[in-house]
Amino acid sequence: MPSWPNFRADFPVLHQQVNGKPLVYLDNGATTQKPRRVIDALVRYYERDNSNVHRGLHALSMRATDGYEGARARIARFINAADPAEIIFTRGTTESINLVARSWGHAHLKPGDVVLTTEMEHHSNLVPWQQAAKASGATLKYVPVLGADAEGGLDLAALDALLTPAVKLFAFTHISNTLGAINPATELCRRARAVGAVTVIDAAQSIGHAPLDVQALGCDFLAFSGHKMCGPTGIGVLYGRRALLDQLAPDETGGGMVVSVTYEGATWKPAPERFEAGTPNVADAIALGAACDYLDALGRDQIAAHDAALSGLAMEKLSTLPGIRIIGPRVGTPRSGLVSFAFEGVHAHDIVTFADEDGVALRGGHHCNQPLMRKLGLTSTTRASFYLYNTPEEIDTLVASLRRILKFFAG
Amino acid sequence: MSDLADLYQQVILDHNRRPRNRGRLPTANRVAHGDNPTCGDQCSVYLQLDGDRISGITFDGSGCAISQASASLMTVQLKGKTAAEAENLFGVFHEIVTTGKEPEEISDIGAFAGVHAFPARIKCATLGWHAALNALKGDPVPATTETYKD
Repeated sequence: MPSWPNFRADFPVLHQQVNGKPLVYLDNGATTQKPRRVIDALVRYYERDNSNVHRGLHALSMRATDGYEGARARIARFINAADPAEIIFTRGTTESINLVARSWGHAHLKPGDVVLTTEMEHHSNLVPWQQAAKASGATLKYVPVLGADAEGGLDLAALDALLTPAVKLFAFTHISNTLGAINPATELCRRARAVGAVTVIDAAQSIGHAPLDVQALGCDFLAFSGHKMCGPTGIGVLYGRRALLDQLAPDETGGGMVVSVTYEGATWKPAPERFEAGTPNVADAIALGAACDYLDALGRDQIAAHDAALSGLAMEKLSTLPGIRIIGPRVGTPRSGLVSFAFEGVHAHDIVTFADEDGVALRGGHHCNQPLMRKLGLTSTTRASFYLYNTPEEIDTLVASLRRILKFFAG
Repeated sequence: MSDLADLYQQVILDHNRRPRNRGRLPTANRVAHGDNPTCGDQCSVYLQLDGDRISGITFDGSGCAISQASASLMTVQLKGKTAAEAENLFGVFHEIVTTGKEPEEISDIGAFAGVHAFPARIKCATLGWHAALNALKGDPVPATTETYKD
């Protein structure tokens, strides 16, 4: 393990006991904890600035508007978007992807078209495309995941045959929430662009874990959630290239997104307001800006190195457990800060219940990845997912807890 | 550890390790499938119903120790019972897993009393039973734990 300062003091929630044991929080793939700086930003907003945005002319409304638009600009910088107007605030990754699937899908998809996605997608980047395909008569196809011995990676050899000019959109995850596989997003965008397909990246698992540059990736849309990067729940982002956003009709309509309204009709503002009908989630947007500041102060390169070191260490120590099957990229292949595994004869839910008794928070189940689980011949896995505040000692606690569980069930 | 020891009693561990009446029942004339969408647990129950009486019962599926042991033990308990007796027994079982109160006269299903301390696991324990009751009713709709008030 490279040396890395301990940031646990920044996270109030980590300093507690669960079932009489110090909390070992290893469910960061589901949501991350919040540093004091983010919590303070929320409290400060509600204590000093709370007001509605864009419409008021009084001091508080101007402060709230400045905070909200400042957060938009901060997030644009965080992902190197060319223009803050390319940042649309949503509730999270799911809403962001649904927005593209409905607005873009409705405008552009027709029978005979192909929407391409992959076999490793979270349900949130799969079901919206099933729905868009059904609504438009387009066909949904999947880039296969290499199974069995090479569990985890996308079958890139199959991609050329699938990426035909009929493909109008290619949606794929940056990092698999179940496998921990890191997809070659820049290459995937380049190959998609070569056939004229629009690209959508699900960055839910990569945002806040590594540097991310939408212009270097070359994507058209990118979706993420604030709560997986030290930000609050209920706020997320859809990044869209300006040229594409301005061609799209809004998905939701109402106040705040119109230029003028008559009894007969209405005209729309440009992006981002066009896609943000109603009073937005001002407080959480501002706190998400604070999360960007926090992560950049630590350095996302270093966070990525720390994540990878922890998952490498976890792979090494977990592999000493009898009967374990570790899912996802093999040692030596890039892996994010998560490890999913399964044991013959002990179900993931039993493991999670027992680990909780030791204060260890894990995720067990299908991880919103039912088709992938079926493909890998599994019904569920247990997942340990790491973040900047996790330590090598916590991996030792995890492994000791798993040993105890295996012994119990071996009887 | 005491709550966990209550949850994973010996009877439950035994049924999980050596499930009884597992597999398809070739003579089944009723079948129902149960899903727990929260965790992906699945359970199919096959019944041979002769008149009003369950003369054969098996289960199949995948899930945690609680769901598998519960389905296994249920098949043992329900064999030979009438539909009305099965429904009554489910009422008793449901009471046990939601309140933790063990009735004295029924021994083995009392092992599930520890489930009540883990509300998230009650649906695991009742999955097989819901499938069995649906099979008894000849209900063609798959059971899902989301529609039950546990």
